[in-house]
Amino acid sequence: MSDLSPDDIVITQAGIGAGGSVREALEGRADIMAMTQATHDAALKPGDAGGLSHGERAALAARVARLNEDETLAAHYMTLLEESGADEAIAAMADPAHDGEGNARRAAILAYTDLVSTHPRDTTPEDVEALKSAGISDADIVRLSELNAFLAYQIRVIAGLKLMRATA
Amino acid sequence: MSTIIHEFTTKIPVWRPRVQPVRLDEATPEQLDALKVTPSNTKVSDYVLVLANDVETLKVRTPLFNAIMYNRGGMGRAERELSAVGASVVNRCVYCAAVHASRYNQLTKDEQVMEAIFTDGEEAELDERQKAIFLFAVKLSKAPSEAREEDMQALRDAGLRDDEILDLILSASLFGWANRLMHTLGDPVVE
Repeated sequence: MSDLSPDDIVITQAGIGAGGSVREALEGRADIMAMTQATHDAALKPGDAGGLSHGERAALAARVARLNEDETLAAHYMTLLEESGADEAIAAMADPAHDGEGNARRAAILAYTDLVSTHPRDTTPEDVEALKSAGISDADIVRLSELNAFLAYQIRVIAGLKLMRATA
Repeated sequence: MSTIIHEFTTKIPVWRPRVQPVRLDEATPEQLDALKVTPSNTKVSDYVLVLANDVETLKVRTPLFNAIMYNRGGMGRAERELSAVGASVVNRCVYCAAVHASRYNQLTKDEQVMEAIFTDGEEAELDERQKAIFLFAVKLSKAPSEAREEDMQALRDAGLRDDEILDLILSASLFGWANRLMHTLGDPVVE
């Protein structure tokens, strides 16, 4: 069994203290928490980002965190966004009210992200076709889906841990 | 001719991708490594070949998935499957629901729980512990804010320990991930 990392994003975000029953349970799953951190890094800062830059990934992550009413997590992703040195057009994607402002590629990415993050059950084959029509490659569609899917996981683990902490 | 299915079933459908899977004969060494392709094992599902388009995530996600669903200790395997089904029902991932409902049935030799869930959803008649697990997975899946302290308390009242509750959170959340791939990148079909 490995130890929990002091920099673990999920544990930090959930506000789990140094001792107590929740920390103890997490120590029993230290391997899973380390792997969770590794998937964060792969989805947000991959070595080969393909057609979805680190800046865009961080902006989308902040947006999804906000759509899920998690401002603290959004702040983490805004820091990543800043570190990426992305331009203003990319930074604007972090605001859920922003719709791409006529840029077809960004508009398609944002519409897909909003739908998949909040109403995945309503996705249809046409939603994937819309991404293709906007010139997004199949590989980038998979990258975008993995980013969304990872965030859904991370946001829920954090929310669940907060509830554990509150009722411990 | 194949038909897309929209109703929940325990009969596992075929998954038909909406995007191009990676071709094995064109795969990079990194992709082959992530796919665990060996000379004696060249059969890889279309789903995994689609995910190989994002090989860095696939490489770390596969061991995470296996650890959350199969690691020793904590919540029992069948209950992790129940949690996976709760998420898959909310997200309408017919393929994931079929796979994990049938695993639940195999593990428990009891088909009534899945039948009740597929027929009545959140109103399904389950025992206290099953109901607390299923409803927590459902609420966390709908939106994290839907799961409340009283739902967590229901788990504790039903006798779940902290290590079991953590496994429930992990498995329900993991299917927030899996459903968003399976249900958005392909269709469940019968040939």
